[in-house]
Amino acid sequence: MSTISTDICIIGAGPVGLFAVFEAGLLKMKCHVVDALPQVGGQLSEIYPKKPIYDIPGYPMVLAGDLVQNLMQQIEPFHPTFTLGERVEEIEKLEDGSFKLITTDKTEITCKVVVIAGGLGSFEPRKPAIENLENFEGGKGVAYMVKDPEFFRDKRIVLAGGGDSALDWAIYLADVAKELTLVHRGTTFRGAPESAAKVSSLAEEGHMKLLLKSNVTQVHGNGQLESVTISPDGAEGYQVEADYFIPLFGLVPKLGPLENWGLELEKSAIVVNTVDYSTNIPGVYAIGDINTYPGKLKLILCGFHEAALMAQSAYSIVYPDKKFVLKYTTVNGVPTM
Amino acid sequence: MQDEITLYVENEAGERIAVPAPTDMGLSLMEVLKANEFDILATCGGMALCATCHVELVQAPELPEASDDELYMLENLPNLREGSRLSCQIKITPDLDGTVIRLMADH
Ligand SMILES: Cc1cc2nc3c(=O)[nH]c(=O)nc-3n(C[C@H](O)[C@H](O)[C@H](O)COP(=O)(O)OP(=O)(O)OC[C@H]3O[C@@H](n4cnc5c(N)ncnc54)[C@H](O)[C@@H]3O)c2cc1C
Ligand code: FES
Repeated sequence: MSTISTDICIIGAGPVGLFAVFEAGLLKMKCHVVDALPQVGGQLSEIYPKKPIYDIPGYPMVLAGDLVQNLMQQIEPFHPTFTLGERVEEIEKLEDGSFKLITTDKTEITCKVVVIAGGLGSFEPRKPAIENLENFEGGKGVAYMVKDPEFFRDKRIVLAGGGDSALDWAIYLADVAKELTLVHRGTTFRGAPESAAKVSSLAEEGHMKLLLKSNVTQVHGNGQLESVTISPDGAEGYQVEADYFIPLFGLVPKLGPLENWGLELEKSAIVVNTVDYSTNIPGVYAIGDINTYPGKLKLILCGFHEAALMAQSAYSIVYPDKKFVLKYTTVNGVPTM
Repeated sequence: MQDEITLYVENEAGERIAVPAPTDMGLSLMEVLKANEFDILATCGGMALCATCHVELVQAPELPEASDDELYMLENLPNLREGSRLSCQIKITPDLDGTVIRLMADH
């Protein structure tokens, strides 16, 4: 457990959350950013890193992944801090008007202002429909992400999936695990051809097992995973001993805990006042894809604009005694922190 | 030419809900489902990038084959069925009249 104290805590490291760091930084407010994903960039990194974007002012064309890199460079002078791979679960308003946020890994963040830039919600693993799977979640043998590969050293691992992340982790873990099996329902891999070829050769050389046209259909164990049942297409299943089962079927966005924070919602989006993108809870703002108001457009550009107005308003909460006079960055230059 | 067809969405209880779909607007099956407020996310807006518009074709005519991009997404899904498709990749044409689908996407 760790405790962090900051002026503004931004929930969501998508493009809008990242740019909010810049807008806050110009006004000398310090930001901490939390994201459920292990990397920054939100939808741009998770769904379409290689897609060109044409509607960012000043860029005739920019790849989504490059835009994220540039945003990171742009906010560097403000030294934001990050908690990645953890989802914010709870928000609590403290007596002095500040907030305490708690993540899935029990990280605590105290701040004067909360900015929700949660996009479509947090990206959650797509889970296979296997009975009792949830009984083994949370360190009891079923994991949906490989955060630290060393954790799996000398373990017996069954991976499932046919996409790039299943292939990439199979290649990596083949060296680390005691026994590794990759189970894939299809017969071909459409991921990067080099990775598919590498997995085939690792399997031929006996460094891992590759089971095609098969599914993991059951998980077994007493409080801790002991084995899984693998069922080949149309045939009887058989049990294989396993310490860890890691299904890698991609991610889906879910609103998740956000729904329970007492915010006014409309069709899974947070209702805001367009004067400053504040929510119904004083001190909590919502910007980017997660908010809604008449005329809302889900565009990066619009989220950037919202971040600028939010920062002006948040200033009066972070510095209640100072009167802010708007100047252009060309007048002040880009201040650092 | 028929400019409106009827599709059927089969729910878990096996009931079929009739959904009218215009054929002269170049819509995709995903767009028709969204317009009728079925519970699908369609996060990527029809680019075969998110698989949140996954459906199973229960009864349907022969359709053009799925592209490699679509197959790649489908292969990644844990709940793939024989008739699985991404609804955003299916154009509404008169041939689809009477098609029965099930919504398969998690949300
Ligand atoms: C295929 C595709 C193409 C697009 N093309 C364009 C385009 O060309 N131009 C354009 O302007 N827009 C485009 N968009 C839309 C654009 O991607 C979104 O408007 C933008 O990503 C919104 O940014 P955001 O920062 O609000 O949210 P997101 O990018 O969704 O980021 C939100 C982040 O918040 C995190 N999060 C949510 N809840 C929590 C929580 N409780 N705890 C921790 N973290 C949390 C999520 O994990 C996520 O990383 C496109 C979208 C898609 C899918
Ligand atoms: S809408 Fe994203 S794959 Fe169809």
